[in-house]
Amino acid sequence: MIDTILFIIFAILAIVSGFNLVLQKHPISSALSLIGVMGSLAVLYLLLGAEFLAMAQMIVYGGAVMVLFVLVIMLLNAGREKGSTKSWFAQIAGLPLLLCLVALLGFLIRAILPPLRSVEFGSWVGGTAEHIGQLLFTTYLLPFEVISILILIAILGAVVLARKELD
Amino acid sequence: MGHVPLSWYLVLSAILFVLGVAGFVYRKSIITVFMSIELMLNAVNLSFVSFSYELRRIDGQIFSFFVMVVAAAEAAVGLAIILTIFRNRGTLQIDEVDSMKL
Amino acid sequence: MNFFIVSVIKIVLVFAVFMTTLAYLQWVERKVLAHIQSRTGPLRVGPHGLMQPLADVFKLLTKEDLLPPYVNKFFYLLAPFIAVCLALISISIIPFGPEIEVGGTRTYMQISDVNVGILFILAISSVSVYGVALAGWSSNNKYSLMGALRSSAQMISYELPLTLVIVCPLLLANHLSLRAISDSQAGYYLGFIPRWSIFQMPFPQIFGFLIFMVAAFAETNRLPFDLPEAENELVAGFHTEYSSMKFACFFMSEYANMVTITCVATLLFLGGWHPLFPAPYSNWVATAVLLFIAIACFFQAMRPARKRDQYTFPFFGIGFLILAALWTVPSFQFILIPIFWFAGKVAFLLFTYIWVRGTLPRFRYDQLMHFAWTFLFPCALLNLLLTALFVAVF
Repeated sequence: MIDTILFIIFAILAIVSGFNLVLQKHPISSALSLIGVMGSLAVLYLLLGAEFLAMAQMIVYGGAVMVLFVLVIMLLNAGREKGSTKSWFAQIAGLPLLLCLVALLGFLIRAILPPLRSVEFGSWVGGTAEHIGQLLFTTYLLPFEVISILILIAILGAVVLARKELD
Repeated sequence: MGHVPLSWYLVLSAILFVLGVAGFVYRKSIITVFMSIELMLNAVNLSFVSFSYELRRIDGQIFSFFVMVVAAAEAAVGLAIILTIFRNRGTLQIDEVDSMKL
Repeated sequence: MNFFIVSVIKIVLVFAVFMTTLAYLQWVERKVLAHIQSRTGPLRVGPHGLMQPLADVFKLLTKEDLLPPYVNKFFYLLAPFIAVCLALISISIIPFGPEIEVGGTRTYMQISDVNVGILFILAISSVSVYGVALAGWSSNNKYSLMGALRSSAQMISYELPLTLVIVCPLLLANHLSLRAISDSQAGYYLGFIPRWSIFQMPFPQIFGFLIFMVAAFAETNRLPFDLPEAENELVAGFHTEYSSMKFACFFMSEYANMVTITCVATLLFLGGWHPLFPAPYSNWVATAVLLFIAIACFFQAMRPARKRDQYTFPFFGIGFLILAALWTVPSFQFILIPIFWFAGKVAFLLFTYIWVRGTLPRFRYDQLMHFAWTFLFPCALLNLLLTALFVAVF
């Protein structure tokens, strides 16, 4: 029962934060809403038994990626957004099309997928560090090594791009 | 009150994804567009973890881990590009970055 | 239901003790700093200034609570809230002792034992950067913004060596839960050397401990890394525009972070609540130390520095005698002795914090960042490589 209540609270928090991200005019409010989404998703991962991933989500997304966003917004002194969409098609047909997309995805989930189980907190603890470590370093070793090179390239790229030109 | 069916998690993932698409299409500040992309990636992560719970295999969580790492790398490079655009054009509105000539 | 009641009792107890510790940590800091600087600290408010924290609390509560008109209200009010909540939340998974049985209920001396405890601590310390960054940005003040940006950059830079060096005792202990890491440091080599991580055999984590302490100083923004909140550099850094209770929140969060990180250092490197030498002898250490302090109090009462000390010191002496007697009662010993060792080690590390504050000059900001990226990070990597090599080979 408690896990149902927790799911409802954090799902509503995630959706409200998502709406806030899209509707707020100032980038810093959007950034804080995104941190709210990430926190709620971390709790939902805990409910689904993925404990290592939940903590990694908070450390990587909430503690590194979003700090990067917030620092860039502060450094560039990003102000409130000006203007709105000029395209009449997007303004008139945008919202109905988005609602259609949600309805389509919901229908596909209900109709096409086979009957799914119900989520019971504690019935599966398969996301411990030991399990993830075992799989990551045996079956998925090649993607792991490739991803470390990807991060190295990203660091080099970011440093080169953000460097001030000395002239 | 019973337990939450897994399809609710998938529907939540779909709603967050569509919110991300809405932000990506409608917002004018490049940083907010970038944040909508991160929201879409998070929604997909939730979907992966839900299916990993359903099939009782951790491969979904491993893939979600890789998505997280790629999103972090992309955020770093993307924000560096945004900084460069701001330095060269002086604006963060994507409407005003509409010609190749500086 | 039983679990719920026990948890509520534990939360209330830990919270009360923690808040008192924070208040009196400030008194200890002022007295120790004062004696290092050859002066006496607070002396007048109560015997030897012991009521000074209470006076400070009253002062902070009754100061005028400003809301400057030029600040961004929502974030200005949110920032101290985030800072203090996150600083207080990480005490909930620190274990203070082994499993105990009180009145028929078996429970851990810990509010909740999370399987990924150490990752939880890392996550909370990563997210607490927002309190500082938002405080500086929302204050609409260039000194605050500079202080906040410098402080955030410093905190995220020093998170890297901190995380790498935390992995090393995890390799030795083979578990992520804080209680399991402490339990793996029980036992003795050769009968008298404790199996703490700094002495543990495939690779003693002495360098890891030193790197951890340096990174911990930088994470909590304490001297020698406290340029972002130095008073003679940046007015007061990111908390310039804050007054009264909101300033008290930042103040409390700084001390709470200090206490949390020393608790984590104790659990990872110094063996948590396990004593320095084996059990029958080490049970008397608490009593011996408290007796020594009681005798020192009585001795000082005979040659008082001020006339009033003739009356106050014997009172303290009797108090310490009662405490020493409490530690010999066998039915309390199973709770009190682990708490003594844990609190003793944490107190020693906190004393080191205050000692370093009184002794070292502060780093300039570029020296600080250069030190993190070019020295501390390669050292932490090397420590991790050597630990992994030794653990794999032996």
